[in-house]
Amino acid sequence: MEIIKIGKIKKTYIVGDVKVHALRKVDLTVKKGEFVSVMGSSGSGKSTLMNLIGCLDTPTSGTYILDGEKIDELKKPQLSDIRNQKIGFVFQGFNLLPRTNALENVELPLLYDRRGRVKDPSEKAKQALDRVGLLDRMDHEPTQLSGGQQQRVALARALVNEPSIILADEPTGNLDSRTSIEMMKILQELNSQGITILLVTHEEDIACYSSRIVRLRDGIKIEDKVLTEIRSAAKDLEEMGAIPVELNGNGYSTEV
Amino acid sequence: MKIKNLLKVAYKSIIKNRMRSFLTMLGIIIGVGAVIALVAIGQGTSEEVESQISSLGSNLIMVMPGSSHFGGVSRGAGSINSLTLKDVDKLKKESTYIREASAYVRASGQVIAVGKNWSTSINGVDPNYLIIKDWELEKGNFFTKREIRSRAKVAVLGKTVSDELFEDSDPVGQSIRIRNIPFKVIGVLDAKGSSMMGDQDDVILVPTSTALYRMTEGKNISMIMISAVSNDVMEEAQEEIETILRKSHNLKDEEASNFRLRSQTEIIDRVSSVTGALTVLLGAIAAVSLLVGGIGIMNIMLVSVTERTKEIGIRLAIGARGKDVLVQFLIEAVLLSLVGGIIGIIFGVLLANGASYFMNMSIVLNPFISLMAFSFSGAVGVFFGFYPARKAAAMDPIEALRYE
Repeated sequence: MEIIKIGKIKKTYIVGDVKVHALRKVDLTVKKGEFVSVMGSSGSGKSTLMNLIGCLDTPTSGTYILDGEKIDELKKPQLSDIRNQKIGFVFQGFNLLPRTNALENVELPLLYDRRGRVKDPSEKAKQALDRVGLLDRMDHEPTQLSGGQQQRVALARALVNEPSIILADEPTGNLDSRTSIEMMKILQELNSQGITILLVTHEEDIACYSSRIVRLRDGIKIEDKVLTEIRSAAKDLEEMGAIPVELNGNGYSTEV
Repeated sequence: MKIKNLLKVAYKSIIKNRMRSFLTMLGIIIGVGAVIALVAIGQGTSEEVESQISSLGSNLIMVMPGSSHFGGVSRGAGSINSLTLKDVDKLKKESTYIREASAYVRASGQVIAVGKNWSTSINGVDPNYLIIKDWELEKGNFFTKREIRSRAKVAVLGKTVSDELFEDSDPVGQSIRIRNIPFKVIGVLDAKGSSMMGDQDDVILVPTSTALYRMTEGKNISMIMISAVSNDVMEEAQEEIETILRKSHNLKDEEASNFRLRSQTEIIDRVSSVTGALTVLLGAIAAVSLLVGGIGIMNIMLVSVTERTKEIGIRLAIGARGKDVLVQFLIEAVLLSLVGGIIGIIFGVLLANGASYFMNMSIVLNPFISLMAFSFSGAVGVFFGFYPARKAAAMDPIEALRYE
């Protein structure tokens, strides 16, 4: 089943008098359960693609179908609802609300959910925090958490509304290499549970933990390959003589 | 988002910037406080003035001589002495709406008593004058019809005069000299206090006839003081007086009356319209400060929106609609102004009570004004909060997320 189906998508910015072609007719299809890395140097158009897939921006031309919904025809409020219900964001800079504890940060998407599906947002948020192993830190504010912990809170926030896809924009960009691998381990675990992940990164070391790599240059897709051999972040951590990240709940363990 | 969560977010953001929130609210606090205090003082003053006028007498109607014209030149009020004792008699006899009527002869002069002297107004009045003026005697007696007939040289002193001439000793039975005529003091009036007409107690009352024939030319009286039967028939009474006096003065239909009527209600109406305008003016000045407070709120909300651009970006990214953000900031602005409004009401009530306590002003606290000022402060919040809130709602999530 296809989660993302992009056809001949184009995005042109006008900066002053100059037209900047950020994306020139890119096609991309992502199936359910894939773990895709979008790679490229800065200016390659990967951030633009990310914003389009994340429904934060609309394409100049082309089609975009997300989980069966035609996105290119939607208006702003509907785009908000799509972001809320179908997409979970993880940003480079974590982007947690300051002076707001972990639990309230994770609850936030549920409070904006117009479907009113979740009767007890707090309970649901606790479950999500449990999935990333931070239930014991739910009262902590972002400043009281380490970078890795903050990013896990952000991941819990992305998970809480059971989205169709998780979009991670350079999620390891602000983390040291060890914490980065820990983060990738959690993402791999979630992916093994059937969650579709789209990761934007420029680090080869990070992309190698995914199952497919899409490479962009100057707004054109230049490579799209499925990895036959996927590195295991858990194994790497073990080799580093790691103090394993403690995960609990939902049948998670440190071994995958 | 549910209202509970919105209020929580707004509360948090207000608490987070305690000092700034307080200073923002200060504009509203002063505005609402000023409206409440000033209107309370305005209404209090107006009620006090009205009660002072009422203290002049009960259902009082005054008849004064009119003005005369001489070759096109108007000579002003009282320039013809048209009123006589005959008029008073006629009014008493013919009128149905009049309870009491008293002639009033105004004179003035130096009063001397046991080595002291005092200049005051000497008024010749009838025995029923105290009833008309709603006045009591402190001690002694008032003069009677017999003393009027005999033009007796008796006097009743106002409290001020009594204090000036006799200090602590009892003036009743003592002798005073008014314009070198010896008078016997037979009573002292109760203190009535001062009004805007001046000190009502600085007066000496003598019989009409005595004043008229011994102190003036003996022809005309200065005024007629009338007490109507009740407050409801004031207008009928005035019409009747007019008719009777015109007949008594043999005026033809086309001739203007040579006397004027003033009723207490008329004076109260006129004074209330002035004090009413004053209250409105005070209220309006205060409302302007409320408006300035609103601009303060808008200013701070704009700063707050810019400062929280990133937060807005995060909220939009995870699925808040523009409307959610709009409502969030609007609620924050309204909360600021309403809390300011509540503190303002308390402040205003304290201020009004302070004015009443320390400056001896009379106040009337009107709950309706408080409610109005409170709702107005809420409206100020909505009005001045809307522009910043809309600015927040219209943000581009990508730009907002990039903001540092």
